[in-house]
Amino acid sequence: MNSDPPIIKISKLNFSYNDNPVLENVNLEIVKGELASIVGPNGGGKTTLLKLILGLLKPVSGNLEIFGMTPAKARRRIGYMPQHAQLDPQFPISVLDVVLMGQMDLCDKGLFGGFPRQAATLAKEALAEVGLADHSQKSFSELSGGQRQRVLIARALCSEPELLLLDEPTSNIDPRSEENLYVTLTKLNRKMTILLVSHDLGFVSQIVKSVICVNRQVIIHPTSKIDGTIIKEIYGGDFNLIRHDHRCDHAGHSHHDPFSGNRENQVTD
Amino acid sequence: MDFFSALSNPENAFLRQSLLVGLFSSIAFGIIGTYVVSRRISYLAGAVSHSVLGGIGAVLWLKTIFQIEWLDPLYGALPAALVSAFIVGHFGHRSGKQREETMIGATWAIGMALGIIFVDMTPGYFDITSYLFGDILLVSIRDLQLIIALDLIIILFVGRFYHTLMAICFDEEFARLRGLKVDLFYQLLLGLTAVSVVLLIRVVGIVMVIAMLTLPAATAALYTRTLSGMMLLATFFSAVSIVGGIGISYSANLSSGPMIIVCAGVIYFFLAAIRKNE
Repeated sequence: MNSDPPIIKISKLNFSYNDNPVLENVNLEIVKGELASIVGPNGGGKTTLLKLILGLLKPVSGNLEIFGMTPAKARRRIGYMPQHAQLDPQFPISVLDVVLMGQMDLCDKGLFGGFPRQAATLAKEALAEVGLADHSQKSFSELSGGQRQRVLIARALCSEPELLLLDEPTSNIDPRSEENLYVTLTKLNRKMTILLVSHDLGFVSQIVKSVICVNRQVIIHPTSKIDGTIIKEIYGGDFNLIRHDHRCDHAGHSHHDPFSGNRENQVTD
Repeated sequence: MDFFSALSNPENAFLRQSLLVGLFSSIAFGIIGTYVVSRRISYLAGAVSHSVLGGIGAVLWLKTIFQIEWLDPLYGALPAALVSAFIVGHFGHRSGKQREETMIGATWAIGMALGIIFVDMTPGYFDITSYLFGDILLVSIRDLQLIIALDLIIILFVGRFYHTLMAICFDEEFARLRGLKVDLFYQLLLGLTAVSVVLLIRVVGIVMVIAMLTLPAATAALYTRTLSGMMLLATFFSAVSIVGGIGISYSANLSSGPMIIVCAGVIYFFLAAIRKNE
């Protein structure tokens, strides 16, 4: 892993909506195998950061590379789960059809369109992964909030991504579903890098390896360093860009593998 | 019933033809209506249909002033519908929800206004009632041929791109991420909706065509939770409303377009009330 280049590399990135700065001077590197949570106040830029990584939004300035490519080119290697509140819950669509969207590359090809058996198999495997194997023929609208959330995770998984981005997977779900989600994410993290947006710091500290704080600026902390000060920083006002983790050292900006050695010793703040 | 005996009367070929137009229209109403309802673009379809009056007015004016005999109202209606669908779909869609609503309202009213102004400017008297409210009892064999051709195009397009269209309608952003040509297919769907609106205006008219694009599909949605199921059931409810509407209007000597709409409306509200109490 040591020699792996970061799969997400953001430098000096700025983004604004109609002249209102949303993200300023963002520098962020995510290495393969990371399981990180993006936290911060509402309107702080969490979803914006995800959409920049997906190439749905273009930075005003700065650089952004995903797998060493532009976000638009890297898309096929990324699985994405949007906030489910933005979807129409009454839309007439079956669970299987939702998940098949993850494999649109295979669908509607050839003379007659439709989807190949291979796509259906992948979709059913993805549903099994989130524990909804027996719900494939159900309607998306008759599921509970937590189940819909998991269907959307399955849809993201269906394309067999190397990087999984989840926007608020813990909103609207009951504690038991949340427990299931911990287990699922920890299991998936063995195969892929995961970034998730969450309001829930309790959820965050239980399973994630790092916390990315987003409030106009972006700071990454290893989970072991989450304490009162940091929480205050996340939710209280402006702060300067300080690298709390060990990926930069005093000597300059040479990069270290965050998974080797003792995290505590390498902290630079 | 005298409607059914009238149907078998050899002198009433027009009635049988109307009924066939109605039945074939149901396929277009059912399939396009399913997208209009599930993608929630009924107001967009309304703007497209009202803008058609502008095109029809322009053609009537050109035809009379320049004495161009071959000009048919259809040649004005079709471009007007396609252009307004493109304007609202392309510019409105990109500029956010609020701007889209403004553009829909503006297209709706401006199209209507231009139509009336053109008719005013045209010498002679034109009765635009049949465009506004439809008259299925006056359809020609060419109307029947056009509607059958439309059905075929719709069935082929929707069958071939069923999953693509579903993905785009359900979650446009995700569809874009998976490499689908979202804007192209959205425009094609709107274009097909526009063409359908133009041809279906013959049946129920400019003002009421959105009712036939929403009520049968909404009724179908009470019973099914898949797009294809909705298309089939909506076609069925649409056919029932049209046959019922023609039958009642013929027997009672009332306008056919409004009667068809009333049938579709009664079926929807009746079944929705039953479903709610189940």
